[in-house]
Amino acid sequence: MPFNRKPQKFNAAIKTVEIGTGDKKVTLGGENVFPFYAFDGEIANGPKVGVEISDLGLENEVPGVKAYYEGAASIGEVAKKAAEMEGADFVCLRLEGGDPNGANKSVEELVAAAKEVADAIDAPLVVEGCKNVEKDSELLAKVAEALQGKNVLLLSAREENYKAVGAAAGLAYDQKVGAESAVDINLAKQLNVVTTQLGVKPESIVMNVGSASVGYGYEYVVSTLDRIKAAALSQDDKMLQMPIITPVASETWGVKEAMAEEEDAPEWGSREERGISMEIQTAAASLAAGSDAVILKHPQSVATISKMIQALV
Amino acid sequence: MALTGIQIFKMTPKKNCKECGCPTCMAFSMKVAQGAMDISACPYMSEDALAELSEATAPPMKTIKIGTGDSEYSLGGETVLYRHEKTFVSKTRYAVALCSCMDDAAIDAKLAEVAKVDYERIGERMHAELLYVNYDEASGADRYVEVVKKAAATGKVLVLGCSDADVAAKALAECKDGKPVLNGANASNYEAMNKVATEAGVVLGVSGANIDELYDTVAALEKLGNKNLVIDTTEDTIKETFATTVQARRAALKDTDRTFGYPSIVNLVKVAKGDKYMQQALVSLFTMKYGSIVVLEELGYAEALPLFGLRQNLFTDPQKPMKVEPGIYPLNGADENSVCVTTVDFALTYFLVSGELERSGVPVNLVINDAGGLSVLTSWAAGKFSGNSISAFFKENVEDKVKTRKVIIPGKVAVLKGDIESKLPGWEVIVAPLEAVQLVKFLKDMQENGQL
Repeated sequence: MPFNRKPQKFNAAIKTVEIGTGDKKVTLGGENVFPFYAFDGEIANGPKVGVEISDLGLENEVPGVKAYYEGAASIGEVAKKAAEMEGADFVCLRLEGGDPNGANKSVEELVAAAKEVADAIDAPLVVEGCKNVEKDSELLAKVAEALQGKNVLLLSAREENYKAVGAAAGLAYDQKVGAESAVDINLAKQLNVVTTQLGVKPESIVMNVGSASVGYGYEYVVSTLDRIKAAALSQDDKMLQMPIITPVASETWGVKEAMAEEEDAPEWGSREERGISMEIQTAAASLAAGSDAVILKHPQSVATISKMIQALV
Repeated sequence: MALTGIQIFKMTPKKNCKECGCPTCMAFSMKVAQGAMDISACPYMSEDALAELSEATAPPMKTIKIGTGDSEYSLGGETVLYRHEKTFVSKTRYAVALCSCMDDAAIDAKLAEVAKVDYERIGERMHAELLYVNYDEASGADRYVEVVKKAAATGKVLVLGCSDADVAAKALAECKDGKPVLNGANASNYEAMNKVATEAGVVLGVSGANIDELYDTVAALEKLGNKNLVIDTTEDTIKETFATTVQARRAALKDTDRTFGYPSIVNLVKVAKGDKYMQQALVSLFTMKYGSIVVLEELGYAEALPLFGLRQNLFTDPQKPMKVEPGIYPLNGADENSVCVTTVDFALTYFLVSGELERSGVPVNLVINDAGGLSVLTSWAAGKFSGNSISAFFKENVEDKVKTRKVIIPGKVAVLKGDIESKLPGWEVIVAPLEAVQLVKFLKDMQENGQL
């Protein structure tokens, strides 16, 4: 008696959202099976991999990342190399320098950086703010305006500033809106509801439902992703069918396991190897739970995760 | 077919003897129906009832035990596909691969590398629990037995990757007392392998060229009376391996197909040989999706630190928060004069706060209170993180161990400042910012201003 296959087929699917323009544009989402369950049905599009770069330059990066970008003098050149990285589908510019508690760069300066990056590459672009709610409201709106026609994804509109960011990105300048919530299915849904009530099309929203490094409360991330995918597909919940993007690098390179210098933790071995492994394992887990895109930093991680996706889809 | 609690109750002796540990037979029946207890816990069931019930109430996936003593591990026994539905019960176990094709120097180096990674994380020992010893035909049976002996001497539980029944028997003669797994049954040799495994009293691993062949071979072994099995779901490619691993688990738990109700082995050496980064990605993938044993070539600190963190997260009970041990944790070379920072024993809080404190570089004594493993606001609301509890904890555990009389409390419970000051005479209470990320700047500013 052979094995009786019982595929989980759904009459619902994750919405598709396009980022970028021209030949290189990418489509996120579209799948109607659980993550990598290619044995249940064909996986539309497949998850994508983004490469994170920062307006703060490469000073604090590990040697492997510095070496990759060697010779790139301006943020535009860095972006170009990021777009050419093996396995890269899109570039994510993180405007960390805008943080009022950090470098506190002016909005004009940051918009100019975003413009330089957008002009330098033809790969799709994701622009991430500085995480300060007030600054991001202004910054992301200005970026959306400056990059009209480039079809970029702006991260993120949050509960506190979704009106400013959502209206500028999703309504006025026809970009894509990243809706960020804090690891909770209800908050994620609520933000999608209010953002669409604002007039933003559901097809213009990508969710960032929060992330963490593995080992750091990652069970909440897994369960949030699991439950969102289940609600989207098996219950046809239209307000949870937006594709999900998960920034991984910004979480994993900041934890102790990836930060501790070798002299402080000699038994742990190479810091760079630890960081890569943290990034790869967190990304793989995020994809297994349902992310449609991950944002990574190290060339080795980008190549490996992209290869894993190719092998599974 | 699942039975209801009432149906089971009708077959119990109804004498409420409590010998099963439940207050009444009814309570026991309900637990059995939920799968929380095994019917054999009742000593007074009639043979007929037992036979009928154990068939109907058997859990969808068997729990298979390997190893002995302190190194005994349970595999499988899962009842859900997603951790939020209930909880995952048996952690994924990792096996580092050895091969009889390796020379002694390579094997010693590998074993030394495995032994190095052994540490504790939130009360749990983290190390590679298993060794996978693969049989290489070219180097012969004697060499294999030698390598198995060497591996057995480490005290780790072995998985023998060997599909030659005669060689397997020789190897088992050396190591069967450690209750290893013999992974090597397939469609062409399962009868012989079954004999070797049952004679040695060890778990038998079954593989198949594809999911159908695997299914049939498991069914054939069950027919021979062997239900002490694990299924090797590794196929030729990563994609097929994932498909077989997920489909087998899903068939067992969702569609109650008991033929696949066994723990799995995923051998990454077969699908990503020599590619350590791909193995890092896949070990994470198969920890998420249903690998009971995952075999990989390297498990150094680079692999272990993220992997064991992931596993610890995934296999926590969603209804029970992870706790750290209450006490004083000196950070950044703190001594008895360094300022105290206090918070709750919820593991996530501890990690976030200790991470930020370490980043600040300022020497501090992190004092973890016993707050029932809840977060700051939750434990405060539940009365488990209050002026009383904090001051009592400091009086009992902190005052005689430090000379400093400054304590920084979480910004979210700023209201406790006055209360703590009145109950802890001599202490200066300082309120921290609301979010952990702000601690770095806060502490650095305090240090610069000479407030510490």
